[in-house]
Amino acid sequence: MSNTPDLRHEDHPASAVQAISAEALIALRTDMLKFAQLQLRNKETAEDLVQESIEAALKRSSTFAGRSTLKTWVFAILRNRIIDHVRQAGRIVPASSLLEDDENWLERQDALFSERGGWRESARPHAWPAPEESMQSQQFWRVFEVCLDRLPPNTGRVFMMREFLGFDTEEICAQLSITSTNLHVILHRARLKLRACMEAGWGRPEEAIC
Amino acid sequence: MLNCKEVTELCSLEMEQPIVLGQRLGLAMHLMMCSGCTNYRQQMQVIRTAMQTYADGNAVVSSTDSLK
Repeated sequence: MSNTPDLRHEDHPASAVQAISAEALIALRTDMLKFAQLQLRNKETAEDLVQESIEAALKRSSTFAGRSTLKTWVFAILRNRIIDHVRQAGRIVPASSLLEDDENWLERQDALFSERGGWRESARPHAWPAPEESMQSQQFWRVFEVCLDRLPPNTGRVFMMREFLGFDTEEICAQLSITSTNLHVILHRARLKLRACMEAGWGRPEEAIC
Repeated sequence: MLNCKEVTELCSLEMEQPIVLGQRLGLAMHLMMCSGCTNYRQQMQVIRTAMQTYADGNAVVSSTDSLK
């Protein structure tokens, strides 16, 4: 970050006000776009919302208190814009196609579990390296982004509404006109698939196939 | 006795709502004997934490890291 301390505020050190430069925000644009696009699966909308968020951040830069990183602060602005957009956009697809979204589901489930419902040997989850350290590694996040992007689009959107945007299950059900049973099926499929992809790409690097 | 497929469904469900006593017991008994599902359940938490970390802009990603 290229924040230069704003000398006009030196009488109020407690407020720790920093001037936010447009350059510092623009440097975050790539990450913001990636995040918005994963959720929205629409490049134009993602670009619009990121642009609006950067402008809003510049206008409100005096409210950035430096208690979080600039990126976290800007991501919160962006996330709120995405939430508003998702709420206004209403139902994205008919409920039926939400469940049919993942056409290979049955085959994939067969690849994971035997007829009796036990893990197939090749699919049995292995222990992952220590999560806290892993989240400091770029490799972890690269695989994470790729795997999120590989979720079937509607499954991914619903999963991210829950986990990225923090919608509660009632609101998702109301928004998409689906039952909570349907929602649980969609979230379960997303988690099962995401986990398998993470393990293939990152959890067992010696056997990487992702 | 729950099988692994059913246990993975419960592992997702318990992240959404409290599961009933019978389900909790079935889950606990299965996990005592099954390392695969024990790993699975832990990894569900890793994934949830990762999702939140990413959404908070705290993931270690992309070219912008070198600019700070």
